Amino acid sequence: MRYLPLSDTDRSAMLARIGAPDMDALFRDVPRAAHVKLSAFNLPDMQGELEVDRALTKLAAKNIAAGAGPFFCGAGAYKHHVPSAVDHLIQRSEFLTSYTPYQPEIAQGTLQYLFEFQTQVALLTGMEVANASLYDGSTATAEAVMMAQRLTRRGKAILSGGLHPHYAQTVDTVAGLQGEIARSAVTPGKAEDIISLIDDQTACVVVQSPDVFGLIRNLRPIAEAAHAKGALLIAVVTEAVSLGLLESPGAQGADIVAAEGQSIGNGLNFGGPYVGLFATKEKFLRQMPGRLTGETVDVDGRRGYVLTLSTREQHIRREKATSNICTNSGLCTLAFTIHLSLLGEEGFTRLARLNHAKASALADRLAAIPGVELMTEAFFNEFTIKLPKPAAPIVDALAKKGVLAGVPVSRLMPHDKAMENLLIIAATETNTDDDFAALERALKEVL
Amino acid sequence: MEIDPNRRRVTAPGYHPPEELPTISGDRGLDHEEKLIFEIGRDGVTGVDLPNVQVAATRLGGQQRRAAIGLPGLSEPEVIRHYVRLSRMNYAIDSGLYPLGSCTMKHNPRLNEKMARLPGFGDLHPLAPASATQGALELISQLMNWLTQLTGMPAVAMSPKAGAHGELCGLLAIRAAIQARGETRPRILVPESAHGTNPATAAFAGFTVDEVPAKPDGRVDAEALKAKLGPDVAAIMLTNPNTCGLFEGEIIEIAKAVHAAGAYFYCDGANFNAIAGRVRPGDLGIDAMHINLHKTFSTPHGGGGPGAGPVVLSAALAPFAPIPLLVADKNGFRLVEDSNAVPAGTKPFGRMCAFHGQMGMFVRALSYMLSHGRDGVRQASEDAVLSANYILASLKDVMTAPFGDGPCMHEALFDDSFLEGTGVTTLDFAKAMIDEGYHPMTMYFPLVVHGAMLIEPTESESKGSLDAFIHVLREMALEAKAGKTARFAGAPRLAPRRRLDETQAARKPVLRWKRDELPQAAE
Repeated sequence: MRYLPLSDTDRSAMLARIGAPDMDALFRDVPRAAHVKLSAFNLPDMQGELEVDRALTKLAAKNIAAGAGPFFCGAGAYKHHVPSAVDHLIQRSEFLTSYTPYQPEIAQGTLQYLFEFQTQVALLTGMEVANASLYDGSTATAEAVMMAQRLTRRGKAILSGGLHPHYAQTVDTVAGLQGEIARSAVTPGKAEDIISLIDDQTACVVVQSPDVFGLIRNLRPIAEAAHAKGALLIAVVTEAVSLGLLESPGAQGADIVAAEGQSIGNGLNFGGPYVGLFATKEKFLRQMPGRLTGETVDVDGRRGYVLTLSTREQHIRREKATSNICTNSGLCTLAFTIHLSLLGEEGFTRLARLNHAKASALADRLAAIPGVELMTEAFFNEFTIKLPKPAAPIVDALAKKGVLAGVPVSRLMPHDKAMENLLIIAATETNTDDDFAALERALKEVL
Repeated sequence: MEIDPNRRRVTAPGYHPPEELPTISGDRGLDHEEKLIFEIGRDGVTGVDLPNVQVAATRLGGQQRRAAIGLPGLSEPEVIRHYVRLSRMNYAIDSGLYPLGSCTMKHNPRLNEKMARLPGFGDLHPLAPASATQGALELISQLMNWLTQLTGMPAVAMSPKAGAHGELCGLLAIRAAIQARGETRPRILVPESAHGTNPATAAFAGFTVDEVPAKPDGRVDAEALKAKLGPDVAAIMLTNPNTCGLFEGEIIEIAKAVHAAGAYFYCDGANFNAIAGRVRPGDLGIDAMHINLHKTFSTPHGGGGPGAGPVVLSAALAPFAPIPLLVADKNGFRLVEDSNAVPAGTKPFGRMCAFHGQMGMFVRALSYMLSHGRDGVRQASEDAVLSANYILASLKDVMTAPFGDGPCMHEALFDDSFLEGTGVTTLDFAKAMIDEGYHPMTMYFPLVVHGAMLIEPTESESKGSLDAFIHVLREMALEAKAGKTARFAGAPRLAPRRRLDETQAARKPVLRWKRDELPQAAE
């Protein structure tokens, strides 16, 4: 077997040194009834690289990749161009095949990029401190709610109706153990009233901007209302590129920012792995979940980096930890930080403007189709349209034509008849005018 | 002059290597210091060429960014050099033996990387219509089949994103099952040797944690555990093989007692790599177990993630698995994402995350499984156990193995009693390994052993590599015991950094770069 370096001769010599007659002797602590033969597994035997490559390539070919044709899906995961340097660098052995940097003397590479990543995330979100990542945006949002519950010693969380339904369900599942999770009503493409729901039992208000329908929200009045009642504002961002064009959540008064970082450096990957961004104010640091990298010096006085404040974490604090998280999104943070380093201020702000310009052009084009109505009044690179018929069958019909037209709202909110005709459409720098024309043409054909 | 081929060093008598002279640059040959990107970058430079489009603010709801972000500008060559230099400050499995017990640093086949990057997987949107994702769903279905076959369990929840997330998923399923019986059971039993994630997860899921002591032979005290069982116990969380690298031989009786008390058996599957292909957790009476795809099935650790932690479930817990659920019918595969429209008999407890789990890791894990096959998976487990026992047998006369001569599983545990009176600590010993070109073993874990050193060689090392490692550790142990402690005090000396001041890092946390503020005027 190509991945196993021991020969049978080696194995015999090793057993002899151990003083064991055979391999079974090493498994003697396993109860007799629990030993199984290979024939117990209805699974294939080993295969060469060529055969495995062939089998998996065949499976991959049954899917329609985003890059295979006109593509407009978003709703929490976005198709962007990732520069070639990113994937090359993250595949360097020293990054790819290293462990969590628990031995800082021989892990400065990982620790330094995490320190740079934390700085970038703090800058983008307009917050004072950021951690070294969580699993993804949805789990980061759930962690943020639990952090607010700890900080305020209150249980109730109010989720905006514009929060991605998968995020809301994730929050409900995990943070729902600690208190009530309330949800504000939703009007697609319009800001709902969430302020009137805030009371003195409220731990936090969770508002996504741009929201799941693409709507840009003004967080300032919500932050003020929350703070007046002693509650925290958690701002959620699912499209990190929007931070290049929009006012940062920190500047608008957010106390915690939970975001999905997939858009920067990371592929779509059918939903994961992604990278959860998590930032807050310095005064809340001790309640922040996840790993943190800090600057220090070594015994020779040279600057270096270590994992720090680990007294918050499970491997030290066990049942008193702020979170149970251990593994995070190491390599995805590396992809994120490399891509953002390549972009820099100029590249990132241009990228954000380009995304908005593309989406604006597409929105105008689609809104001009008879029967199609643009629902989202202020948006970044994603908006919602209302079709004259249910959106899901139209998306299926367009997929048959090779056009992935977007995400029908019914996929996310399946029991709301009022949502049936709504379609969420994203456009990014990867879309061309030809893509727009193809979508327009295909839509006209099926409507 | 003679050159020793193993040491690449001139060994002629009377030869003295040149004394080290400080360099002008501060760099030393291939060892480069590297500034932060914020100290390298400047305005007017970029590594990505994009058109300069102007946008009208009217569509932004008045929320256009007013202040600059503060990101540094770097060209592509600068960015590449920066990260290449950083990479060279890292130890990695590809560059040397990485004996971190409990972490399973095995070889990461590059085929798996290639497969995960096929556009049909890597460039696939999670909410694309089912007709566009049949291959991806089929891949998940195949992986589910491998996981259920290898574990002998009937069901698996795929969405958890890492081991600890899998633990949470398992405990939430247990919680839901208990609620469905109309009971409340607030307590979870956790052995004191458990990974820190176990008690943390139990607390996170709203349970209280009750510790179970270990016996002198390193196994959980089954009698003490049984004595703690009662109508308020929801579950036990046991790692098997346990964190001392030992198989819990009484596991079947423990499972029976747990079930008789109406509780569930959660197994931490972090060490499944010792038994995959030889023992099925389902045969042991386990109700839920997460599988770290980044350990047993070799998806790369990536400097701390991403991982993946699918959870296999017994028939008793299977109905409570979280959404999304994968189902197959005459039209092919589809995902059930709506908790109000689930198949008959299922009662999902909720959702662990947006979308359907770590697909990129699923592709890599299946690629690993197909490559190994059932026979290769079994051989890998056996080689991992053989290599750990080989290390134990080769070192136990100079280091101290707390649990005697019996075979271990995939990792060999030592304590620090062989260092008693030498002035050398476990930490010193481990840090001196760095100077010898090795990553240290896991230290001070498990907590049940004083000054623990947990060595997990995995199946990826040749006998020659193991022999070289054993030679170094033997010599180090003998030197320490002989009072020759020079190489331990202040080790490492030859790494990119020497020991770092962790106290200062925690006392005055500096967690991000900040532009230097103007010097304050003297008072």
